[in-house]
Amino acid sequence: MSATFPAGASPAEKNTISTTSGGSPAPRKRRLPWADTAFSFAAHAAALITLSLLAAIIASLVVGAWPAIREYGLSFLWRSEWDPVEDKYGGLVMIYGTLATSFIALLIAVPVSFGIALFLTELSPAWLRRPLGVAIELLAAVPSIVYGMWGLLIFGPILATYVQQPLQRAFGDVPVIGALVAGPPVGIGILSAGIILAIMVIPFIASVIRDVFETTPALLKESAYGLGSTTWEVVWKVVLPYTKSGVVGAIMLGLGRALGETMAVTFVIGNFNQLDSLSLFQAANSITSALANEFAEAAPGLHQASLIYLGLVLFFITFVVLALSKLLLSRLKRNEGSRT
Amino acid sequence: MSFTELSPAKMSMHGRRKAVNGIALTLSLGAMSFGLFWLAWILLETFRLGLGGMALAVFTEMTPPPLAESGGLANAIFGSALMVSLATALGTPIGILAGIYLAEYGQRSWLGRITQFISDILLSAPSIVIGLFIYSVVVAQLRSFSAMAGILALALIVFPVVTRTTENMLSLIPNSLREAAYALGTPKWKVIYSVTLKAARAGVITGVLLALARIAGETAPLLFTALSNQFWSSNLGEPMASLPVTIFKFAMSPYENWRDLAWAGVLIITLGVLALNILARVLFRNKN
Repeated sequence: MSATFPAGASPAEKNTISTTSGGSPAPRKRRLPWADTAFSFAAHAAALITLSLLAAIIASLVVGAWPAIREYGLSFLWRSEWDPVEDKYGGLVMIYGTLATSFIALLIAVPVSFGIALFLTELSPAWLRRPLGVAIELLAAVPSIVYGMWGLLIFGPILATYVQQPLQRAFGDVPVIGALVAGPPVGIGILSAGIILAIMVIPFIASVIRDVFETTPALLKESAYGLGSTTWEVVWKVVLPYTKSGVVGAIMLGLGRALGETMAVTFVIGNFNQLDSLSLFQAANSITSALANEFAEAAPGLHQASLIYLGLVLFFITFVVLALSKLLLSRLKRNEGSRT
Repeated sequence: MSFTELSPAKMSMHGRRKAVNGIALTLSLGAMSFGLFWLAWILLETFRLGLGGMALAVFTEMTPPPLAESGGLANAIFGSALMVSLATALGTPIGILAGIYLAEYGQRSWLGRITQFISDILLSAPSIVIGLFIYSVVVAQLRSFSAMAGILALALIVFPVVTRTTENMLSLIPNSLREAAYALGTPKWKVIYSVTLKAARAGVITGVLLALARIAGETAPLLFTALSNQFWSSNLGEPMASLPVTIFKFAMSPYENWRDLAWAGVLIITLGVLALNILARVLFRNKN
């Protein structure tokens, strides 16, 4: 977008005498002949640092996980045993915990975020739009440890008494649902972690969807309103199709956050390394909480390598999810460019 | 708005559309209140329990052993402040330079596109993975947990945030400004340094404040880099206490005095982070 002038090499530099400073600008200019090169070098170096950082992260994870990769190969992904005493490791329980909690989080967060974005773009009176948007963004800024502590000490007990126990009483004997709600209703486990993650990712998804919705040309919306569409029809049949890829990108971005979130999950998931039921109330473990709880104390060797292997798996999953999100969001930006 | 002349079929369709619209908009209102409800609840509880644990001793005394009579978070607050400010000082210049590269040098090149892509990935990468990375390249090599490792981990989180905002803010600067400066014969570095960067200053500072707010509450990357420390330490080569890690340790414990301190710590962090966020927004709005 910007015209990039080859300023350093341009002959203009020699001929032009600065008209602004008046005095004798020539010596001042000659004082820094290397400045352009140096500045450009520094900027390029910073970019290269970014690139090499990613490579270094991947390399260090692979090297750190190597003993476990050599020992288990890909079977690590579906081995459910995690036994530091016998020195046998498999990542299935944690991978399942990460995916299950993130899935629950998206299940709740996607419709809610969509509703919030709809409210902020179409329904809210103009004077309320900004304060409400800021409030949602502040919800995103609250550190995850606050969510975690609140989830463990305040939300968990309330969830246990008012949601889990009634659900168990009502559905405990129904075949499939009964299995989902089995287990100790203590407010710790997959369901609590999923709900807290949902609260955490709602603001991320909502604010990106709102920004994406705002890229819809007013002309399109006005035409639809002019034909007599209701607000809902405008959003559902005009705005959403126009911004489809951006909305999916926003959801992926939220998913990336949910997968990698550590503290909020660690507090409430219960850190239980066995997978013996599909119950949502069962204490479980996730990749991030296993790392947070065990890594500092893990003995060097297979235990530590297995934990790093888990970290590598997590990084790989989030990388794919975030890359997809970025592609989808940038596709929307390109479309926007071609249409306006 | 009279529909008297419409046929009954059309009337019923009209009614249905109106009903669907009504339901959808009500749900949207519900979603909005749902979001605000959690914010209000979390803030309220944090204030209620945080103020309960708040005392002057929180700022003056060291972290206590379990079940002690008194104690505070002084060493953790100091450690957090030290590590967060050094990490910002370390991460900001690189972030600004990378942002400058993306906005002013590498816009059309493949290197620019890849850098932008990777910087965005790093921006949202799980922070615990950054901790793992620093653990393997610093802690494992030096064979000791240290505040320096924690600072490096936090700096790696600062830098993509600053890159992103710097790039965004620089690309908002109209090209005519750059062209005017070039036309006066200004070399490129000077155009960037005294024209575009200066014009984008408020935005860049906003980015730095947001990065500060982000790392002030980060726990995961410190867990196995800076670890924690029961005592006052200003030695960067030793483990150092930080507010989030101390809260984590205290909140998971069964001891009453530790939990009270954890709530006080949560209140301090929340207030700090929200204040930084609001400051960043006010600053940005005033300048624009």
